[in-house]
Amino acid sequence: MISEKATTPKLVVKDLNFFYGNDRALKDVNLSIPEKMVTAFIGPSGCGKSTLLRTFNRMYELYPKQKATGEILLDGQNLLEKRQDLNTLRAKIGMVFQKPTPFPMSIYDNITFGVKLYENLNQHDMSERVEWALKKAALWNEVKDKLKQSGTGLSGGQQQRLCIARAIAVKPEVLLLDEPTSALDPISTAHIERLVDELKKEFTIVIVTHNMQQAARISDFTAYMYLGELIEFGDTSAVFTNPKRKETEDYITGRFG
Amino acid sequence: MLTLYARRRLINWLSLGISVLAMAFGLFWLGWILFTLLQHGIPGLSVAVFTQITPPPGSAGGLVNAIAGSLMMTALGTLIGTPIGILAGTYLAEFGQRGWLAPVTRFINDVLLSAPSIIIGLFVYTVYVIKVKHFSGWAGAFALAILVIPIVIRTTENMLRLVPNSLREAAAALGAPQWKIISSVTLRAARAGILTGVMLAIARISGETAPLLFTSLNNQFWSSNMNQPMANLPVVIFQFAMSPYVDWQELAWAGALLITFSVLTLNIMARVLFRQQASSH
Repeated sequence: MISEKATTPKLVVKDLNFFYGNDRALKDVNLSIPEKMVTAFIGPSGCGKSTLLRTFNRMYELYPKQKATGEILLDGQNLLEKRQDLNTLRAKIGMVFQKPTPFPMSIYDNITFGVKLYENLNQHDMSERVEWALKKAALWNEVKDKLKQSGTGLSGGQQQRLCIARAIAVKPEVLLLDEPTSALDPISTAHIERLVDELKKEFTIVIVTHNMQQAARISDFTAYMYLGELIEFGDTSAVFTNPKRKETEDYITGRFG
Repeated sequence: MLTLYARRRLINWLSLGISVLAMAFGLFWLGWILFTLLQHGIPGLSVAVFTQITPPPGSAGGLVNAIAGSLMMTALGTLIGTPIGILAGTYLAEFGQRGWLAPVTRFINDVLLSAPSIIIGLFVYTVYVIKVKHFSGWAGAFALAILVIPIVIRTTENMLRLVPNSLREAAAALGAPQWKIISSVTLRAARAGILTGVMLAIARISGETAPLLFTSLNNQFWSSNMNQPMANLPVVIFQFAMSPYVDWQELAWAGALLITFSVLTLNIMARVLFRQQASSH
């Protein structure tokens, strides 16, 4: 399916099933997410797209009754294995959530929080890292004079870019975005979309979105999910202009739901 | 339609009227108490209250030993009770999702929270005062600490539960271990609320009489020795107010005024603090 663009797979999902207690939320999902591209998961609410995203950094392990079976290979290594260290996994796979989640500390400390977990940088290097991350997240110009102020004082769009900066400051390989713009106004949304386009040069990006236009605009590959199953996966322009499956066509043309 | 609307207006007007009356009724007694306190307490207030020790009947004196004793035991009780309360509350909120220990602890804590303070006094009397064969400031502080713990546990747990899970997930997604998430993210987010709980606990124990009657008792003289019986405002007020001597009664009023206004100040401070946090989020 991934024929038009030359790609190497970064994440390979094999026969993935996911359970909330006894409810099966993902059914034998198989797909391969290409490196340094933007892959979008679309589908109606409850279709399992966020659930799938949250298996990539094993976020579900915070909750006792959730479990995943199958394989997710990150550069060939199965990250669902017990011996996979969670902290090193999450250093490689960063995540940004639907609602902005600035920590109750200064903008500077928000960025250094993750970095300090893995690296022992001196003050100069740390300041450089903070500046680098904030510039990457297109927030530097707005906050460079108030790094000591609380991150919770920023606007919603700025908070979300702060969260993106915080995630990339750790220098992950993959960035998971879980509906990152659904709580934002159109201008902030445009900001973040431009940012995603910029960031894919360095990071593999997986984005969950409710907004089909957004998926069409910013992604290279699109996965359409429904009721826990992966219905169609392929090149975004192909999925949107010439879907192979009737269900996908119904959804993207708005005839469904 | 109009009659329905008129009926709704009438019901609205009636409920509002009853609520205002209820509020006025409550405030009336509070106002009366404060007024009586001021009326009787202010004449008793003088520099001597803060500089001289409790006098024998018929002579002039002050409350300085009782004030100092109350401050020392309240401070010590808070210092012992607060860390235990915060740690236990954190356990209940952050680790209490699975297993049986947390629900049992929570239940026992609720019982402790509503236990009459005289029981706490009797408990410390039985396990400590009887063993060492004398009343002491330490015993008083322990009893107060036991009163602080359940209040702080409850507020800490409630405040931590108010911290949105998305914040914990965000910290976990960066790969932070749980102790790091709790110490630098969730506890920090709940900081002002927890501090408010501690201040309310201080306000609560600073007026407690029953637990001190059985533990620190009282001391007519100046003493900063925690191992000796220790004077304190509530017990002095109890003793002096019941006495037939006018000087003593006057000092009791002054002491009551001091306690009430310190508690009032603490409560107002706690509220202001919490409001500041609420507005900064």
